[in-house]
Amino acid sequence: MSELEAVIGLEIHTQLKTRTKMFCGCELSFGEPPNTRTCPVCLGLPGALPVANARAIHFALMIGLALGCEVAPRSIFHRKNYFYPDLPKGYQISQYDEPICSGGELAGVRLHRVHLEEDAAKLIHVGESGRIHGSQRSVVDFNRGGTPLVEIVTEPELRSPGHAREWLTLLRATLRSLGVSDVNMEEGSLRADANVSLRPVGTSVLGTKTELKNMNSFRFIERGIAAEIERQRQIIESGGAVEQETLHFDPSSGRLSSLRSKEEAEDYRYFPEPDLIPIATTDEMVSAARADIGELPLDRAKRFEADLGLNADGARNLAFRGELGDYFERVLGSTGAEHAVAVANWIGQLVARIGDADPADTNVTPQAFGALVMLVGSRAVSGAAAREVLDVLVAEGGDPQAIIDARGLGSLSRKDGDLATIVARAIAADPSASERVRAGNDKAIGALVGAVMRETRGRADGAEVTRLIHEQLAT
Amino acid sequence: MIDRDTVLHVARLARLELSEEEVARLTIELGAVLEHIETISRLDLEGVPPTSHVIDVTGALRADEPEPCLPRERALESAPEVLDDGFAVPSPQA
Amino acid sequence: MMDLVELTAAQAAAAIGRGDLAARELFDFYRDRAAADELNAFTWVAQESPEAGDGPLGGVPLAVKDLFCTAGVPSQSGSRILEGYRPPYTATVVERLARAGAPLLAKTNQDEFAMGSSTENSGFGPTLNPWDRTRVPGGSSGGSAAAVAAGLAPWAIGTDTGGSIRQPAALCGIVGLKPTYGAVSRYGMIAFASSLDQAGPLTRDVSDAALLLMQMVGARDPRDATSLDYPGSVSLPARTDLHGIRLGVPTELSSDGIEPGVLGAFAASLELARQLGASVETCQLPHAAHALAAYYVLAPAEASSNLARFDGVRYGLRAQDATDLLDMYTRTRHDGFGAEVKRRIMLGTYALSSGYYEAYYGRAQRVRTLIARDFAATFEHFDFVVTPTAPGVAFELGAKTADPYAMYLNDICTVPASLAGIPAISIPNGMAAPPGGGKSLPVGLQLIGPAFSEDRLLSAAFALEQALGFDGRAARR
Ligand SMILES: [Zn+2]
Repeated sequence: MSELEAVIGLEIHTQLKTRTKMFCGCELSFGEPPNTRTCPVCLGLPGALPVANARAIHFALMIGLALGCEVAPRSIFHRKNYFYPDLPKGYQISQYDEPICSGGELAGVRLHRVHLEEDAAKLIHVGESGRIHGSQRSVVDFNRGGTPLVEIVTEPELRSPGHAREWLTLLRATLRSLGVSDVNMEEGSLRADANVSLRPVGTSVLGTKTELKNMNSFRFIERGIAAEIERQRQIIESGGAVEQETLHFDPSSGRLSSLRSKEEAEDYRYFPEPDLIPIATTDEMVSAARADIGELPLDRAKRFEADLGLNADGARNLAFRGELGDYFERVLGSTGAEHAVAVANWIGQLVARIGDADPADTNVTPQAFGALVMLVGSRAVSGAAAREVLDVLVAEGGDPQAIIDARGLGSLSRKDGDLATIVARAIAADPSASERVRAGNDKAIGALVGAVMRETRGRADGAEVTRLIHEQLAT
Repeated sequence: MIDRDTVLHVARLARLELSEEEVARLTIELGAVLEHIETISRLDLEGVPPTSHVIDVTGALRADEPEPCLPRERALESAPEVLDDGFAVPSPQA
Repeated sequence: MMDLVELTAAQAAAAIGRGDLAARELFDFYRDRAAADELNAFTWVAQESPEAGDGPLGGVPLAVKDLFCTAGVPSQSGSRILEGYRPPYTATVVERLARAGAPLLAKTNQDEFAMGSSTENSGFGPTLNPWDRTRVPGGSSGGSAAAVAAGLAPWAIGTDTGGSIRQPAALCGIVGLKPTYGAVSRYGMIAFASSLDQAGPLTRDVSDAALLLMQMVGARDPRDATSLDYPGSVSLPARTDLHGIRLGVPTELSSDGIEPGVLGAFAASLELARQLGASVETCQLPHAAHALAAYYVLAPAEASSNLARFDGVRYGLRAQDATDLLDMYTRTRHDGFGAEVKRRIMLGTYALSSGYYEAYYGRAQRVRTLIARDFAATFEHFDFVVTPTAPGVAFELGAKTADPYAMYLNDICTVPASLAGIPAISIPNGMAAPPGGGKSLPVGLQLIGPAFSEDRLLSAAFALEQALGFDGRAARR
């Protein structure tokens, strides 16, 4: 059997950060009590009619333009008909064969389309209700219903789970830089579905694809796709056929479960929404959208590389997580651009401690962070000690110099008689290593340096220690 | 032209329960109406664009400005079943 | 002493304006008449007289078709699925008319969700024709038409999707006007077919229709994306001749399937039009023959989607003791919808379903294009197209309920203008005996004009009306 390769496409939904909903004047909801952000339109009351939000269209155009899409001079809304309690009208207003933007490309992955639609409401399972014996109830909260959504669909051109994750990271940064969405996966303002199929390497046939629904973190997307590729590989290699179905990935068990199979596939009966007129996208609308697009992450990465001397990976790590890039630039504001490489390296240390959080939301102010990097640069604090300072900053905040003073983390140097004493003790404690260094074996010096570092809890400057060892052994 | 299975399939799409008698009657009635409607299948419509909106309207967009929402009691006042300040339904998962 | 029931709405408004009549007195008079209604024309009648408006409509109370949402007042669209439903908001057009001085008198009966041509499809029982109570008033705005004809309301509004204002107006011997699509806001109208629905007046005469329409059109409603700023204006008609008016008579809509009595009245009216100075010639609407088929694809398709919101979740009926969600949906909709509504939901769902969209919906939309083009070409040579409004006079209750297509044929003359989105008015043009013989019944004449020609249309209709001299008093006794 020939080797198989994965063909992955992504469908991303992003909630727009407008003030009001897509088709009515209700303000968007951020945790308000249930059903307090509704009106006849978003409750689907009889006789109510939708009117499209101009800013949502503006945001969709910004997204389309930022992704290099072609903007349709005329696009229309369709009705996607199906019954579900979170869908008040019995149809979702969406775009179908005449979307507002199509084509485009981001970092080598071509886009199929970008379109506007409305979000569904929230359905909360409450279990058995006291009132109706033995019956499971769910409750609908229409606050979220009608929130503007932009759906971005890629061509099936992502090559691996890791590639999908990396590309999504860039897309998220791009949307974030546009200021059109909160792009928060945990809160659901960014959601991704993946289409996965396998085919023999080198062929262009498309295998039967399955759809993985609503994965709510980049990690789960990567793991979910990997699990699905493995599942399909096993089916194919054991001579079976992959069935077209929609799957849910459970990150706690790592298992995939079927939501619905092809037999019960819905027939959405799309037809043009007669309550809305076509969107006529004028040149003025396109220019206004273009004017609101700032620096995009890919351009930012290039600038970090060319102007600040970061290497390609470092530049992308910061630019593709916009909040890191923003923090980075704020820190440079206090240190000066000449410290860019050091600051970038130390942001890596910070990320190791705060994970996916936005550094702006942590205890570490850009000023404190910059001050710490400068202290390392001037050798006032060793790298190891600075990491300890960073731990304290993350946990409690504060000023790095004050933390160093309070905890005695300042560098030990030649001026401190202590360091020479500690070096002498290390030499005396390990005569065999000392002998080998004396005999010219440079590798043996590591044991001595290590001993000094243990003794000083990392506060000593490594180069200084090495120099002192050579000095003392030469006499 | 339209058979019993089609009627049942369409009824399911439309979330309509039909009695045996209704299924039988609708199979005949829909067949008869569709036969009249079939006349348009004989027309030459090559190159004729479809009309969704008879009258040209443009620029009917809404400024992104909030309007008052319904008080929750009003939103819920006609609901057949209310639970936890929301509209209660039989669970889809059940 | 004034005989209040014989005053037209315009005359009543004038009497109130002169101080000869108190708005409250008029309201109470009609409220009492409406409350004593024996035709089942109403689904709700006001108890209290509201604050008398001092707008241009003078405080003359208005009957409103059930499907217009009225805050706190039952708005059920003739359906059991919405029995007792009181919306939290009021339709734009009802609000506008109330502000202009036409307070809400009553809600009128209708075919369920406006699907029907006889008002027999109402979930609240049929409305009877005041000229002959064994016969239907037409539909779907049959309650509004019967109420105005019987003098139970000074005037009324209804909605027209494929003839639902014009056909009942014809069958009840009153005036009914369907405006240009988009001229009147649809916000708050419980939708049947969104691309066709349009609100309009049902009145005793053409002047009343003009007076009411003036307040219905105007600045576009920001809540209805398909509404528009009305170009031009509507004035009270005064013309008494038809000199220079070119009337086109489409052969396709004035021969086959039309009752002899109706054709006789139609021919007499054309002769009268000639005497008033109009030229009358045949014209061609080559695709009119396909209008009914296209309509019965488009309207049910849109309706199948518009009626999906009646699912037992947020308002209206819910079937009890459902075993699960699907059971709740299907039984609620089974119990709540009547036979005709189910038929159209099925037809529309089928027409939109996978594999059939292009054959039905797509083709019907293209036929719609051809019909609009037919009219556009005709209006290059003619001012108006004239046809009988309905192919027959009012039929007996139950006569057509067994054969859906026979019922659909009632719309054959009215549907083309609906598909083209253009205005059309029906005025009474005499009486004719039904095919089997018997008491004579009203016949309607339809004038169709280009988009936004309402003012000219009303003017021509007024001239004809004056010459015809229809006497509707018998229905008000
Ligand atoms: Zn709303």
